[in-house]
Amino acid sequence: MTGTMGWRIFWLVLGALAIVAPWIITSGFWINFLILTLFLAFLGQGWNIMGGYGGQFSFGHAVFFGTGAYIQAILQSKFGWNPWLTLWFAMAGGVLVAAFIGYLSFRYGLRGSYFALITLAFAEAFRVLATAAEGVTEGGKGILIALNQDPERSFAMMQFATGTGYYYFILILTVLSLVVVWAMERSRFGAQLVAVRENEDAAEAIGVNAFRVKMGAICLSGAMTALGGVFYVQKFLLMDPNIAYGPTKSVEALVVPIIGGMGTVFGPLLGSAFLHTMGEITKEATQFFWQDRPGLDLIFYGVILVLVLAFLPNGLVGLIKGQWRGRRQGRAAERKKAVA
Amino acid sequence: MYDFSIILASVINGTMTGAVYALVALGLTLIYGVLHIINFAHGSMLMVAMYAAFFLFAAGGIDPYVALPLVAALAFAFGYALQRSVISKTSHGRDEIILLVTLGISIVIENAALFFFTSNERLVTLPYDIEGIDLGVTFLVVPQLAAFGASLVITFLLWLFMARTDTGKAIRAVAKERLGARLVGINVDHIFAISFGIGTACVGAAACLLVPTFPVTPQIGYVFVLIAFTVVVLGGMGSFVGALIGGLIIGIAESVGGLFFGETLGKISISLIFILVLLFRPTGLFGQRLR
Amino acid sequence: MTKKTRKSQISRRTFVAGAGTAAVATGVIGFPAVLRAAPQPVNLGIIHPVTGFLQQAGAQCRFGAMLAVADINADGGIRSLDGAKVRAQLGDAQSKAEIGVAEVEKLNERGVSAIVGCFASGISIATTQAAAKHGIPHVVDVGVSDKIVQRGLKNTFRFGPGFGKIVKVGTERLIEINEKAGKPTKSLLIVHENSTPFGSGMAKLLTKGLGDAGFDVMDALAHPTPNRDFNNIVLKIKAANPDLVVPSMYYNEYVLFARTLERQKVKPKAIYSVLGGAASQYKFLKEFPTAAQYIMDCNHWYNPKNSDAFRVRAATEKAGKFYSYEVFTAYHAVKLVADAIERAKSRDRAAIIDALASSTWAGHFMPYGPTKFVNGQNQGAQPLNTQILGDEIEVIAPEEYATAKAVFPRPA
Repeated sequence: MTGTMGWRIFWLVLGALAIVAPWIITSGFWINFLILTLFLAFLGQGWNIMGGYGGQFSFGHAVFFGTGAYIQAILQSKFGWNPWLTLWFAMAGGVLVAAFIGYLSFRYGLRGSYFALITLAFAEAFRVLATAAEGVTEGGKGILIALNQDPERSFAMMQFATGTGYYYFILILTVLSLVVVWAMERSRFGAQLVAVRENEDAAEAIGVNAFRVKMGAICLSGAMTALGGVFYVQKFLLMDPNIAYGPTKSVEALVVPIIGGMGTVFGPLLGSAFLHTMGEITKEATQFFWQDRPGLDLIFYGVILVLVLAFLPNGLVGLIKGQWRGRRQGRAAERKKAVA
Repeated sequence: MYDFSIILASVINGTMTGAVYALVALGLTLIYGVLHIINFAHGSMLMVAMYAAFFLFAAGGIDPYVALPLVAALAFAFGYALQRSVISKTSHGRDEIILLVTLGISIVIENAALFFFTSNERLVTLPYDIEGIDLGVTFLVVPQLAAFGASLVITFLLWLFMARTDTGKAIRAVAKERLGARLVGINVDHIFAISFGIGTACVGAAACLLVPTFPVTPQIGYVFVLIAFTVVVLGGMGSFVGALIGGLIIGIAESVGGLFFGETLGKISISLIFILVLLFRPTGLFGQRLR
Repeated sequence: MTKKTRKSQISRRTFVAGAGTAAVATGVIGFPAVLRAAPQPVNLGIIHPVTGFLQQAGAQCRFGAMLAVADINADGGIRSLDGAKVRAQLGDAQSKAEIGVAEVEKLNERGVSAIVGCFASGISIATTQAAAKHGIPHVVDVGVSDKIVQRGLKNTFRFGPGFGKIVKVGTERLIEINEKAGKPTKSLLIVHENSTPFGSGMAKLLTKGLGDAGFDVMDALAHPTPNRDFNNIVLKIKAANPDLVVPSMYYNEYVLFARTLERQKVKPKAIYSVLGGAASQYKFLKEFPTAAQYIMDCNHWYNPKNSDAFRVRAATEKAGKFYSYEVFTAYHAVKLVADAIERAKSRDRAAIIDALASSTWAGHFMPYGPTKFVNGQNQGAQPLNTQILGDEIEVIAPEEYATAKAVFPRPA
């Protein structure tokens, strides 16, 4: 009871801090740091729905990210649509691609590494298509969104003049994603999804339609990840085949929840915060000693990644929960002793 | 429509490139087939081996074809140690963790290469590297022929090793039934490390055959990794013959696809084959479902 | 390895010490007030993609930029600020636009007066926007995409020529070279990469420009970056048998392509590149002297009649680097900023932007004349045409910079 209470207070304080952060933090660098942390947490949450809760490991989440991003970019730059409108098409595009890939993979019963590889293959196929279809995507040249320089229209054009605007934008998205996953975890659908993850045949035996559940998960995941693409386009105002469908985003989306804790609501957020902080620390620390030695910081980063995996196989959430459980058990034991 | 001679030349060149793909995939298929892991570090190990071949050539004047056994042996030791001391210790036997551990290792290896060797591309130029045979429709040079020949020989040797030696049989036993193998007294950890070592040794051999054609940079591994996965899946996980045939098919498909659809769109033939095989024949051409 | 690290550190330290001595020496002669406390250095942000897939080019750029910083400081720093030294604040964009932006934010906190970078167009587009929010002047060193200077950003300047200009000039000069030689080439075939902004816009512009001039453009063959095999493309060239081949791609692919031509014994009358990745690279010439012979390029190039260019080249080669266009473009981007700070007599960002916008800098060794910026683009910027002849890369056009006559077509 006290534990739950403690967590509630913790999250309330953290939430309050997140809301007032731009007033406390005047540093543009740190605001940008928070934006990227939240952005990655958001992408990771998209992956988490399918990988963490559903046990369907995707290596090609970029396929959803890139599709959302491209739709957002193309409808805006070629047709002049408003970004608040294109956003819905981008998400719909993410769902469509997800449904397509999901239908094929799940219909043919692909699991485990086979599913991982087919998502990888789809991401690569889309990358090639985006490069080749110059008429639609501008190919390797990439699409540039016109920079809005009228501060009055910054909200209407979804381009914010300061980091604060983007910060709140991504904060809202991330909080929404947390709420969605939190609600999903407690829903019938969530329970079914976890059942499928744990043992698909057993789940089928108790009447869960595994195919439908997995389709639901991949579509939700696709929509969310596509929204991540929307944010990227609005923040950086450019898109090309490598950003959209290259392996970077796929890897980032899966590293964050695995490090943070798969199949948990706050895992992606924790993972993203941890990895970003580590990245920054290794960068600063190595730069302090050797200014011009590219690669050194990433060596340390990789080593830390392996060490975290070695010692925290259940992610950071596992660490926190484990400690908490340990403490609670300790307290219970004490109470028992006191009673005796 | 193209002239028949161009199509023929494209098929021949595709076969040659395919042999290179097969070489890179041989190691991966063993690791994949036995350990069931998707080894993200495969490309970076290829890259390190290519640096080894380069430095042996540049500093020691050793022809990469001569250095091949040495590089393969070094790679074996490296792979064995890596699996025994890092991957098995950190992975907790969970697929997703192994995946990230190999990812972490590849980040370390790549950036260590960048740190120590810098981003300059290094190239091995053999005095005889534009000599070769003229087939009329196309010209085949020594590095192409060597890679092709070596891929056949290495596949044969691996097949022989797996079929005839005790270690080979133990590897197959572990690949099929981990628990059973342990019960009959096979040291599974040792066999895992041996498999990883042999897989890495294949990469070492491939590296020596690649350096005369491809400049070495810390990024070179990426060029081959996705292809190698495709070849492995197409051929069937754990099958050497499958990797060889799969490599040749992919090489030809890419080459002919490039001829007709342009080099960019032609690359999609690789992904399409990958997707279709996964959907309709996930065991690949020569594989048996291992799990 | 530790040894090597230490060595390079020492060498850098001695270099800086040497520079310091020079500065002190001039100080002693110039002013008696050397004992006065040294002024605060001017912070200059230098961002390049030194890790990730652009790392080779990024490292060359960073080297050039650091060379310029060393030169400026050895030369007495910023004179109008009491000889304040320039202090480089390095950033690594990791070949990603979003990391580039994060680096801009960090450099902003560190109080940089200006930023130089970021080689790639995609990264530069993102970093110039981020820098604009803080009013930081941003000089783009390479980034040839014309969109960089077409967005109305007041803080963004590009010293070198953009894509449109290079392709236009490249087309005109090819026509001119061909006419001068009595029109020995009539048909041509374009080979270009299409994975990045650099190669994908090229084919259309070249096809149109050269087609209008009466060339028979037989085909434009695209390939992705990276590309593993050029046999198909070379076989198509062999079958089409054009007089002229016009390749445009990154370094590694260019080398692979040129070697495949050599291996398949395909010898067009001439090879003429526009922004050819290796066509005017000393590294290519050194490693493949035969494959490189007679290849022509229209690219960023230094004024071969300026001795400074060779001083910097010697310094580059002394450091074990090749004197590639990345080195001298980044070198000049830093020098341009230093000149603007000198004119502005201030570390203030707005003052530096004004100084850049109105600058008439002529103390460089590029064939551009004094700088004149319109919307951030240096109007005099132009590429030069080079040809690999023997063991040197010679300038063959335009006339005023030429060091050799074009060998066109190449001897059979």
